[in-house]
Amino acid sequence: MEKKNLVQYIYGIADNALILGQRLSELCGHGPSLETDIALTNISLDLLGQTRSYYQYVALLEGEGKTEDDIAFLRTERQYKSVLLVEQPNTDFAYVITRQFLFDAFHLALLEKLQHSKDDTLNAIARKAIKEVSYHLRFSGDWVKRLGDGTDISKQKVQEAVNMLWTYTDELFHLTEADSEAVAEGIGVDVSQLKEDYYGKVKELLEEATLEIPESKYFQKGGKQGIHTEHMGYLLADLQYMQRAYPNMKW
Amino acid sequence: MTITEDKHIDQKLIPILKKVSDPEIPVLSILDMGVVRSAVIVNNKVEVIITPTYSGCPAMDVIGEDISKALEDAGYESEVKLVLSPAWTTDWITEEGRAALKAYGIAPPLEAEADKEALLGNKKIVNCTNCGSSNTKLVSQFGSTACKALFQCEDCQEPFDYFKCLK
Repeated sequence: MEKKNLVQYIYGIADNALILGQRLSELCGHGPSLETDIALTNISLDLLGQTRSYYQYVALLEGEGKTEDDIAFLRTERQYKSVLLVEQPNTDFAYVITRQFLFDAFHLALLEKLQHSKDDTLNAIARKAIKEVSYHLRFSGDWVKRLGDGTDISKQKVQEAVNMLWTYTDELFHLTEADSEAVAEGIGVDVSQLKEDYYGKVKELLEEATLEIPESKYFQKGGKQGIHTEHMGYLLADLQYMQRAYPNMKW
Repeated sequence: MTITEDKHIDQKLIPILKKVSDPEIPVLSILDMGVVRSAVIVNNKVEVIITPTYSGCPAMDVIGEDISKALEDAGYESEVKLVLSPAWTTDWITEEGRAALKAYGIAPPLEAEADKEALLGNKKIVNCTNCGSSNTKLVSQFGSTACKALFQCEDCQEPFDYFKCLK
C-alpha cells in the first residue's frame, strides 16, 4: 500500500482518538462529581496515548523529520479525518456519556478486527488499546443504563442525547477510499461489516436502559472527508493554540 | 517496531534496573512491575526494551529517562526503546511486586473474573490494605492513575487504591 494512503488510513482511526480525547480533557476539573471527572479524564488519557502511538507511526512513515506533534497540532481542519460524532461538544453529562457509549461500542469492534491487521504496528497498537477500550465501554454502558433507568430527569436527558447523537452513528461505517485500499491489502478493517452487530448491541443496551431506539433514518456525514461541523474549528483552536502562537515550543 | 516474545534480562544489569522505580509507585521496581521486556549488552552498549502499562501512561517517558540515568551512573551507554507488543498485563507483576504494592497501600490485582465482579461492585472481595477487612466498597472504576480503581473500607473507613487487573 502506498505510504500516503496508509497515512490517510491511519488518520481515519487515530483522529477519532485525538478529537474525543481532546473533548474529554476539556472536562478536567469540570466533571459532575470527582469520580466521573477522574474517569472521563482517565479515558481521555488512554485515547491520547493511543493517538501518540498512531502518530509516531505516521511520523516514521512520512520521515523528513516529522514528529507526532506536527501531526497532532499543525494540520488544518480539513486534514483531520475524524467522524462527526467525536467532535460534538460537551453539554450535559448524559450527552457526554451517550457520545462516549456510541463511540466506545464502535471503537471496540474496530480494534477487535484491527488486532489481526497484516501491519505489525497497527495490530500491536490495537492489541494494547483493546484492553483499555473494553474498560471504557463498560463504564459508558453502565452509565447509560444508570441514567436511562434512573430518575425522570436523567432518563429524559439521556433519551434526548441518544436522539440527537443517533444521526452521527451511520458515518462510523462508511468506507473511505483509503479504507477500501487498506481492506484489500489486509491492513485495514472493513467497517461496513461491523454495522449490523453494532446496532444490535447498542439497541440491546438501550432497551436494558429502558430507552427508546430513535427511528430517524436521516444521518449526517462528512468528517471522514474532512468536512466537519461548526464545533470543530473551536476545538482545534484550543488544541493548536500553543503551537500556533509559539511554534516548536516544548514543555 | 521490534516485537519481543520473551523476557530477556542480562544478570549483570538486574541490580541496576532493580533500583529504578515507577515514579507514581516509588516502592515498585520496574522489574517487579514487568515493564522491562529485555535488557542486553551489545558492544558495551545496553539496549533496553520497555512496554507501557497503559497507552497514555505519562510515567513511561520518565521511566525511560530514569533507566538511562541509572545505566549511565553504572558506566553504561544505553538506548531505551518502547514497544507495544506483546501488550503488558498485570500477570507480569512479580510476587515481590504484589507484596510491595500491598505494603504501600495499594491492593494488588485479582484474577480477571474476580476483578470484573469487584469492579462492577457485585462482590466484596478486595481486601482493605489498612485493616484487611473484606467489607469494602467500590468508589470509582477509575482512580488516581490509569492503572487503578478507588475503593473504601466500610469498617475502618480507609480509602485505598486497587490495582486493576489487565489481561
